[in-house]
Amino acid sequence: MTNWINKGSKPTRTGFGEGVKYAADKNDKIIGLGADITMSVGLHFFAEAYPERFFSLGIAEQNAIGVAAGLALSEKIPVFSTYGVFAAHRAADQLRISLCYNNLHVIIGGAHAGISVGPDGATHQALEDVASLRAMPNMTILSPCDATQAFIAVQKAVEELNNPVYIRFGREAVADFTDENQHFDIGKAQLMRDGDELCIIATGHLVWEAIQAAEILARKGIEIAVLNMHTLKPIDKDAIIEAAKKFGKIVTAEEHQVTGGLGSAVAEVLSENYPVQMLRIGMQDRFGESGTAEELMAKYQLDADGIAKQINHWIRD
Amino acid sequence: MQTFYKQAFEIRKLVLESLAEAGSGHTGGSLGLADVFAVIYFKILRHNPLNPDWEARDRLVLSIGHVAPVLYATLAFTGYFPVEELKTLRKLDSRLQGHPGRDFGLPGLELSAGSLGQGLSVALGMALADKVDHKSRRTYCILGDGELQEGSVWEAIMAASHHQTDNLCAIVDRNGLQIDGPTEQVMKLESLESRWKAFGWHVIPVDGHDHIALIDAFEMAQKKKRKPTVIIAKTIMGKGVKSIENDYRWHGKAPSKEQLAVFLEELNSSNRYD
Ligand SMILES: [Mg+2]
Repeated sequence: MTNWINKGSKPTRTGFGEGVKYAADKNDKIIGLGADITMSVGLHFFAEAYPERFFSLGIAEQNAIGVAAGLALSEKIPVFSTYGVFAAHRAADQLRISLCYNNLHVIIGGAHAGISVGPDGATHQALEDVASLRAMPNMTILSPCDATQAFIAVQKAVEELNNPVYIRFGREAVADFTDENQHFDIGKAQLMRDGDELCIIATGHLVWEAIQAAEILARKGIEIAVLNMHTLKPIDKDAIIEAAKKFGKIVTAEEHQVTGGLGSAVAEVLSENYPVQMLRIGMQDRFGESGTAEELMAKYQLDADGIAKQINHWIRD
Repeated sequence: MQTFYKQAFEIRKLVLESLAEAGSGHTGGSLGLADVFAVIYFKILRHNPLNPDWEARDRLVLSIGHVAPVLYATLAFTGYFPVEELKTLRKLDSRLQGHPGRDFGLPGLELSAGSLGQGLSVALGMALADKVDHKSRRTYCILGDGELQEGSVWEAIMAASHHQTDNLCAIVDRNGLQIDGPTEQVMKLESLESRWKAFGWHVIPVDGHDHIALIDAFEMAQKKKRKPTVIIAKTIMGKGVKSIENDYRWHGKAPSKEQLAVFLEELNSSNRYD
């Protein structure tokens, strides 16, 4: 299995933003919608290149989702990006009716996902966005693991889908380690590392941390497999069931509440198909707080050390 | 100038019949808007019932999905689908959902809607798309007055004037009533005209049952440059059926089969066209 190497740290939001600009170079149907934090969510690459196709809508997310729906009903492919907390919660009813019920091809960037947002604290750390959006019919949820994958996810969302897509990404520079020419199929998990003791299914930033945790555990003679669940909806049931059959133990890891996110999605698949022991790593039903990204990831045991520790503790129990 | 009272009468009749058949639904607002719908679909809108997806068509977004019966009656009456189908309103497997749903394939329906406060944003998105493409077609959006209590509507109002979408025309069904009673008691909306004006819109107040005045208003809206227009149409909830006019209890109620006969008689006697 590949020995993953960080090519140079980069925020996933930059991968998303560059991806939107690149997609727009080839597709003039793409329209950008900004809600004041255009640069912070990576849409400035597009807005600077295509000002005639960019609309500033101010701090008004509910209206922005409706506008996106209207554009999609007019042969456009709108991309609206804001912090995940606002996209998923402030505009939830607009997402439900104007977007999902009408089943329109709109791409929503959910920025600042997880506690690695850091010092801004709990209000701006999206930890329930997946739970909220996963329940909505017609929605696809992508959670790329690094900037390169975020870039690719945007291309796929533009070219291959025809429904609402939420692409979740983070604020901080994180390891950028996947291949530009990788095989990326929406709805198909990627096996990042093989093992024998158990399989950890991770998403977003935690894929890299899970790979590092696997290295730590390997040094103790514990070999764990790592699966990158970059598509949270529709979830790759086959890959989950296969992993459960092969390893008999499943761990999930996400920068999100363990309720309603990846952990829940995997538990749903397993309990209906092939129940095995599970450990859900993530936020345990509590809000985040201020601190550096590094401090918070350590405190909540979501970094490599924390994940390795939690797994070690679990399998020894 | 040509008027469309005969068409409005037929639309009201179909509204009452389909609601009585359904056994539930929103009678008051549907009757109140029949004149607006008749004028829009027979005079103002560039559309083709035989080619509902015609690319150059004007678009009408019904934000208040609960008055679906008047939209369905109008679409059927103008030829989008057989009038017979109105009998399936609100029934299982019908294309005529309680609140409009595009999933079910009803021709002429532009948007699934019904959760208040969303339609104007969608209409704005349509208008912006046409601006980008330099298309000359127009987008219309019908709002309720009670709906204006939703904050999201004012986000759309603000954004439409900011982007100077003069190809967008909103129509407010100003019947002064909502489920709990008069709007001014539930949550004050006045002065509605000055509020829209303050947000940068071209405002035209009009009698929503006067076809000539309505047509004038729509034509003024078409000529206005750099500002979106709102037509504040003063209407009577339940218009055409005297015994329920201005009675907010008829916002969300359908006539029984017995009431239908009485209502149709009242409608006949209030009929202005002949
Ligand atoms: Mg009203």
